[in-house]
Amino acid sequence: MNKREATKVKTCFSVFEVFQQELDTRHDKHERLVKISRDVTIESKRAIFLLHRVTSVPDAERPPILNEAEGKLEGVRQKIGQIAEELRGEDIFQFHRAFTAGIQEYVEAVSFLHYIRHRGLISLEEINARLVFMKDSAEAAPSGAHVLTFQVTPADYLLGVADLTGELMRLCIGSVGNGDIDTPFQLSQFLRQIHDGFSYIGNTGPYEVSKKLHTLRQSLGKVEDACYALRVRGSEIPKHMLADVFCSRTAHLDTEEGVV
Amino acid sequence: MSVTEMFSCIQGFLSADQDVREDIRKVVQNLEQTAREILTVLQSVHQPAGFKDIPSKCARARELFCSVRTQMGELKTKFPAEQYYRFHEHWRFVLQRLAFLAAFVVYLESETLVTREEVAQILGIEVVREKGFHLDIEDFLAGVLIMASELSRLAVNSVTAGDYSRPLRISNFINELDSGFRLLNLKNDPLRKRYDGLKYDVKKIEEVVYDLSIRGLAKEAESGGDK
Repeated sequence: MNKREATKVKTCFSVFEVFQQELDTRHDKHERLVKISRDVTIESKRAIFLLHRVTSVPDAERPPILNEAEGKLEGVRQKIGQIAEELRGEDIFQFHRAFTAGIQEYVEAVSFLHYIRHRGLISLEEINARLVFMKDSAEAAPSGAHVLTFQVTPADYLLGVADLTGELMRLCIGSVGNGDIDTPFQLSQFLRQIHDGFSYIGNTGPYEVSKKLHTLRQSLGKVEDACYALRVRGSEIPKHMLADVFCSRTAHLDTEEGVV
Repeated sequence: MSVTEMFSCIQGFLSADQDVREDIRKVVQNLEQTAREILTVLQSVHQPAGFKDIPSKCARARELFCSVRTQMGELKTKFPAEQYYRFHEHWRFVLQRLAFLAAFVVYLESETLVTREEVAQILGIEVVREKGFHLDIEDFLAGVLIMASELSRLAVNSVTAGDYSRPLRISNFINELDSGFRLLNLKNDPLRKRYDGLKYDVKKIEEVVYDLSIRGLAKEAESGGDK
């Protein structure tokens, strides 16, 4: 091997060193985002569990629970702020896969809270409006504070809403168990609206959406069955016994509701 | 906003998204066609007849890359520049093929490893994301790896065509490439899978070199070759 080839080897080496750095930076960022996304998922799940408790407490005790959930979600938003920070100046779709699961879970939690409070569907704009972060960073001195925004993509929003329907089904069964007769009928109507919406979108949406449509149908079916049972047998069974009827009816569908 | 309004709003977004994808798919199809044409031209270097005439094959491929540049220009107009990765999947495959073809042409011309800048220039795209439609580093590396297996074929076929010195040069080149790739910390991703194939290319070329050396053909090549 002569001198010329030796230098060639060296340049090849240095070229790949550049690649190494670039790939490492990219992978590190991806890993950090996955980590934050996982935290977002965990905290959102906790908020959802907390919210399920509203069915089992008297009305007067609901506001503290809702406020606590709101507080948890505020923490989640801070985490999403970190995601926005990581994504500053990047193409968000490059790393989208890293945090999509967390964002969907957040959409689920925030829309669940919204439903319990306002009995309606939160809009994508409302979600995005709350994901604006003011960062007063020391290094970006000239402007003092800069605004960071995070945009939930319509696909993530849809997937989050699809997951919401599962929670609403639980809420429905849970409230029946507690002798609340009105909520199931409200819920079935709301779920039907969402179901119609998803049917309207059909398979134009991303692949995952059509997959979740099946689960949505099942949830809707359970809620409709519950309403049917309430209407038919509600008059003949005393309120406090309804819970038992539902426990036996739904136990084979989902063990979790059977516990209620 | 009612639930129905909400959904029709989302639906509007989704169908717009699908239209964009449809447009992209059409252009990508043309790109794939051109890539196949270039590949056909370059495949002839494996034939004894084409082997003698590598420069003209390269020149012909270079001409075809002109239409690649035009088609790339068209592709760039189909979507907002900052959303490259949203639609990345659509052109990822063809871009890797084109990176391979560009790398192969450059290797046949000069027997050097193509730089990312050269590939980007040949394809009429950028190197860094900030400047617009660019060549993703992973796609570039995947292209280089495709070239490696093409070179292992070339090593075999050049022996058949009577050139005993080329396999030795290819062997050096591939070894360099292999040690370069060893520097990278690859994740368990498609690129890693491609890289895992590189060792078979290395092995194959080593076998060719071994066959040549044991019969004294390599020596003959070195003394009588073009070095």
